[in-house]
Formats: sequence, structure tokens, C-alpha cells
Amino acid sequence: MAIPISYNVRNLRLRKGLTLMTALGIALTVATAVFLMSLVAGLDRAFATTGDSHNVVVLRKGSDAELTGGFPLDTLQTLRSLAGVARNAKGEPLASGELVTIIVLPRRDGTGEVNVTVRGTKAIGIALRPNIKLSEGRWFQPGQREVVVSKSIHARFAQSNVGDTMRFGKGFWTVVGVFDSGGSAYDSEIWGDVNQMATDFDRTGGVSSAYLRAEDTGTATALAKQVSDDQRLKLDGVIETDYYAKQTRSGNTIKVVGYVVGFIMAIGSLFAAMNMMYATVAYRAREIATLRILGFSRPSILVSFVLESMLVSLLGALCGIVLMLPFNGVQTGTSNQVTFSEVVFSLRITPAVAMWAIVIGVLVGFFGGLLPAWRAARLEILAALRG
Amino acid sequence: MTLSLFVTKNAFRNRLRSGLTILSVAFSLLLLTLMMTVWRSFYLDKGSDESAQRLLTRHKVSLANFLPGFYRERIRSVPGVVHVVPYSWFGGKYKDEKPENFFAQFGTDPAEFLKIYQDYKLTPEEANNWVRDRAGAIADEHLAKKLGWKVGDKITINGTIYPVNLELTIRGLFKPVTINDTLFFNSAYVEEAVPWFKGRAGTFVILADSPQHVSTVASAVDDTFRNSPVPTKTESEKAFLLGFISMLGNVKAFILFICGAVVFAILLVSANTMAMSIRERTREVAVLKTLGFTRKAILGLFVGEAVALAIIGGLLGSMGATGLVSLISSMGGMFASLQVNGPTMAVAMVVACLVGFLSAFVPSYHASQMDIVDGLRHIG
Repeated sequence: MAIPISYNVRNLRLRKGLTLMTALGIALTVATAVFLMSLVAGLDRAFATTGDSHNVVVLRKGSDAELTGGFPLDTLQTLRSLAGVARNAKGEPLASGELVTIIVLPRRDGTGEVNVTVRGTKAIGIALRPNIKLSEGRWFQPGQREVVVSKSIHARFAQSNVGDTMRFGKGFWTVVGVFDSGGSAYDSEIWGDVNQMATDFDRTGGVSSAYLRAEDTGTATALAKQVSDDQRLKLDGVIETDYYAKQTRSGNTIKVVGYVVGFIMAIGSLFAAMNMMYATVAYRAREIATLRILGFSRPSILVSFVLESMLVSLLGALCGIVLMLPFNGVQTGTSNQVTFSEVVFSLRITPAVAMWAIVIGVLVGFFGGLLPAWRAARLEILAALRG
Repeated sequence: MTLSLFVTKNAFRNRLRSGLTILSVAFSLLLLTLMMTVWRSFYLDKGSDESAQRLLTRHKVSLANFLPGFYRERIRSVPGVVHVVPYSWFGGKYKDEKPENFFAQFGTDPAEFLKIYQDYKLTPEEANNWVRDRAGAIADEHLAKKLGWKVGDKITINGTIYPVNLELTIRGLFKPVTINDTLFFNSAYVEEAVPWFKGRAGTFVILADSPQHVSTVASAVDDTFRNSPVPTKTESEKAFLLGFISMLGNVKAFILFICGAVVFAILLVSANTMAMSIRERTREVAVLKTLGFTRKAILGLFVGEAVALAIIGGLLGSMGATGLVSLISSMGGMFASLQVNGPTMAVAMVVACLVGFLSAFVPSYHASQMDIVDGLRHIG
């Protein structure tokens, strides 16, 4: 027969101090793990949600990022006339040649300068990204020294309010609007007119990449293949979502650091939990012997003590998650290892992160409780009663 | 029986508990030492003597923009500049896209490069062969070992930024002070193969005549090009690397967060153990008092016990960290220069002592203040 769980709960309440201290120790471990996992979750989201499976990104063959790509404008003309490229109401092909470069901007909080991606595009380029909405001001006008900044750039960098001027390239640019791409990688960019940018960065006559929009996803796949296979073009076509998904490797450093730190802390708190459970077993030796005399079997005592340990760590894990909740949505940045510019993302405590946190906590409790529970189960009844 | 022996005996009377506490403290302090070491190497280290004399000039707008090649001679004429070489990121692919086949490649001018990087310890023969062969390259010995290269091997690096595939011959293997897994080749090769790159350079590395002149050289170089169409930004090698680290995100806050969590966690663990162990000994405390031990002495006994446990944990932890760090640095990459030093270990030990002291203070204080009769009556 199993020992009722209310027995464990009551015991934990009896020794409130001990329970709380152990739980808090585990809470700190879990909080650190949540912190690291939410960084990775936020970063993954920034890349995973970028792009549209209707769009094809075209880069120079051999290059795997827009920043390092680049091909002449006349190739772009060939791309525009490809079959499969969708057209707008006016009959213009939805194809946009874009210029991508990085500039240095000072952070708003004065903690140094960061590389930021600047994208030169056109009205068509905006049209083929329907997920991007203007949240303030207006879009830039062709031929004007105007830029539209993303919401995150607006929040994190100096001189990025509507009406401000920023200095890069060969002079000043007026910020005329703020756009919102819903947490995607575009949220780390500044957009302006492609021709104006080409002049400023001495890149006239070429583009970094081209974006082509297809009628449907099937056509998009065919279009990407057609571009890659065409020997004359020397270009590679990639579905936009795939292109950005590949950049998630920027989070690798954080991931590795996260695993190492989380692992070491988990071991530390595993010993702490073990300590508490050994003490509990020692205190309750007589109680355990009594339980045995009442007819509870060794396995049921083992299970009961492991459960108790897991209860404490579950409490700790929940505390850890609650401790970290205020950080949910806090924005931070890291360097995109493909474009060398800053990618802005928010800490996201997703259900998956919370679930993993609980799993880590409960595992610590399980392994921490196993040996002490084993000792409890093997207690000599007579000796324990006398002790 | 001396007091210290008494403390030691008490500390180990419950071996299991003491052992677990020590291990728990040790793992936490291992992490703390690790974090402090990273912090020190990022923000406090000055780098090698030669590195302290080196500067890097890049396009003010960004690393992605090129500098005109003629800047090299203009920079050379700045007072305090001894040598200057182009240093252009090639960003090519070796074999495939696997991360283990990724390494940095820079185009430079071999003859003058070797004068700046004298700490690379190439043999005169290797140096000579590299300078003479336009398609020659030198590689970090560590990288060469990893990818199985020997002197004389031919390798192909496929360009991603530049539309050219470099066919290079390894002419020498260098042994830098800190592993950098980098390959250097003659930038003239790319300039000849890629017309638009002719007469250009990614960045320039400057050797100043003394570490004291580094900042004046930096501003003098930037002043030279201030109002030109291509303004520059010149920083010391260390400042440049720090810029890369700051791009990884708010590393300082990140490290502080982890350190804070670790210190609180060990404080809790240690306090928990001491509270348990002192409560068990309530009756003994009363006996000690009856024997004439003062409150202060009793306080000292318990605090001493906690500090002793924490110090053992701290020692194990920082030794573990030293081992782990040397393992990490032998793998190369960004953390190649990491090393746990004396002061870092000392700080870890101080933290351990403080944690031991704080954790034991409250329960020991209560024990020392306890009434003898209550204590004797106490049922454990």
C-alpha cells in the first residue's frame, strides 16, 4: 500500500525553514536555467518567425548572407522577368533588389556602440513583406534621405525617434517612421530607399540580394530551384523562411554557456537537496520504523521519500519561474554571427521553457532524494525504534 | 584537545552531510571562479606586451566597408607608427559549412606582417618561404593539427565575400601566445583575382612605438582621415576585441546575474546545513556552557566550523575550475587565453569564507544565547 502524499506535505510544513531554504536553493538554479532558456527561446523566435514561405531570397552563389552577397543590377532584370514571380495590381513583378550593409549606432543607454543592419529597398520590397506593419509615422519616399526604423531599434538606440536625424553613409538621414515586424529578425533593421543608399555606400550598379514573391509556396520552391540551377546567373535562391532559420546558429554561444552553467548549478543543488533529505530521514528514523511496523513496505517508503524530495524541488522550480516572470519580454540584443550586426530579441518564458524548468527542478529532486530514500527504506526497524 | 581540533572533529562527525555540503559549495564556487575568470579576461586583462602596442584601423561606418589601400602609406607617416599592414577578412569556406571547418582567414602583406607579429615564432626558413610564395599561407599550429595540415600541403578556400577560390600552399605553422586558429595569406592574391578589390583593404593593423603612444596614435590616424569620404576608426587591439564581445550582448549583466544566483545559492545551502547541525547539538551547547565555555567561544566554534567547510569547498571548486579552464583554453577559439590566476582564486576563497561566516552566524548566535536549562531539556 502506498503512503498517502498528504503525509509528505504535512512533514514539509512541519519543517518550514528547512523546506523553504532547500526550495529556494533549487529556485535559484531553476531561475538561472529559465533565464538562459528564455534567451534562446527569444532568439529562436526572432529567426524562426522571419520570412514568408512565398518569398525567395536570391544571393550570389557561394555566399550565405546578404551582407556578403552582391550581384550586378542587370542580373536583377533577368530575375524580374522569371516566370513564377507574382505581379501586383499594376502588373509590376513583385521583385525587389535590396542593398544590405551594417552601420555603427550608439546605444540609447550609453553602453557603447553596436553594428546595426541597414536595408535599402523600395515600395515593392515593402509590399512583398505583408507581415510588416507601420506603427508610427510613414514609409520613406523614393529619392529622399529618409529612413524607417524598427520598433526595437527605436527603443534601444539614440536618435531613432520620428523626426530625429541619424548620421551614416555620407550624411544625415531623417527618421520618418517606425515599423513593427512582430519580433522577427527584421526588428533589428533600419530601412531606406535603395537608390539613395547605393549612392551613400558607393554601391551603385549592384545589389546585395533580391527578394522575389511567388503566387504560392509550391511556385516559390520551384522558383528558388530555377534560380539556383540557372548556370548563367551564378546565383542561389533560398526560401526566405529557410534563409533566416539558418541564422539561428547565432544563439549557439548562449546555448553552450547555458548548458554548462545550468548543468553545474543543477549538480550543486542536487547535493543540497540530498543533504536535506538525508537530514529528514535521520530525524524521522523512528517515524519510518513505525510506518514499517504498521505494514508499509520498503518500496512504498522509498517512493514516499523520493516523492517528498520531488515535491520540495517542484516548489523550488515554481518559485524559480515566478522569480523570472518579471523578465519576460525584456529586450536584449546579441550579435548575429551571419551578418555581424545586432539582432534584437526579447526574453521569452514560453510554456516550453517553463516545462523544462519544472523538469530540471523535479529531476534534481528525484536524484537528490533517491539515495536518502534508499537509506530510509533499508532502515533496521529495531535499531531505529531504539535510536 | 585544542579548539581547532574540536572544530575539525565536529565538522566531520556527520561525514555524509559535511561531504555533501562541501561538494555543493565546491560546484557553486567552480562556476563562480569560471565566471570571474571570463570577466577578468574580457574586461581586466591588458593582453601581451606586443598586443598592447598594436592598433586596428577600420572604416568608421562599419567593418563591412573597405578602406583605400593608399591609406597604408598615409598611416605610416603618422608619428609613433612603426609598421602598418593590411588585414583583410576573407571569410571563405574550407571544404563545407560544418562549424569545425570554420576558421578565420586574413589577407595581409607577409614581409611586414612578420615584423609586427614577432611573437608568432616562425622559423626563418618558413618565414622566407611564405614571403616568397604569393600563394603561400601560414596557419596556427593548433588549427593545422585540427585539420590535419602539414607544411607544403595545398588547400582551397572558397570565397563568399570575394568571387575567388584561393589555392594556397601552407608555408609555415606559427605558435601564438594564445591560440587564434587563424590562417594568413598574401592579400595581393585576392587583389589580382578580384578587380574591384584592387587597391583596397578591410582593415589595417598598426604597430606603435610604445604602449603609451597607442591612444595618441589612434586619434592622430583618425584625424588624418576625418574629413575625407572614407573616415576611419582606430582602436587598440584589446578595445577592438572588446567591441566584439559587447556585440554578444550585455555580457556584464549576464555574468553578474549568474554570479549573484550562485552566491545566494551557496549561502542558502551552507546556512541550511549549519542550521540543521547546530539544532542537533543544542544539548551539547548547554553542556559546553556548563563546563564554562563563554558565549563568544561557542559562537567562534560554530562559525569556525562553517568557515572550515566552506573553505574546503572553495578550494575544491577553484581547483576544479582551474582544470576546466585549462581544458576549455586548450580547445582554442574565443576562450583560448583564459586562465585562472591567483587573485581570482583568492576572491573565490574570500567569498567562501564570507558565505561560511554569514551562514553560521544566525544559528550560532541563537545557540550561544540559549539558556542552559532549556538546552539540557531540549529533545533533538
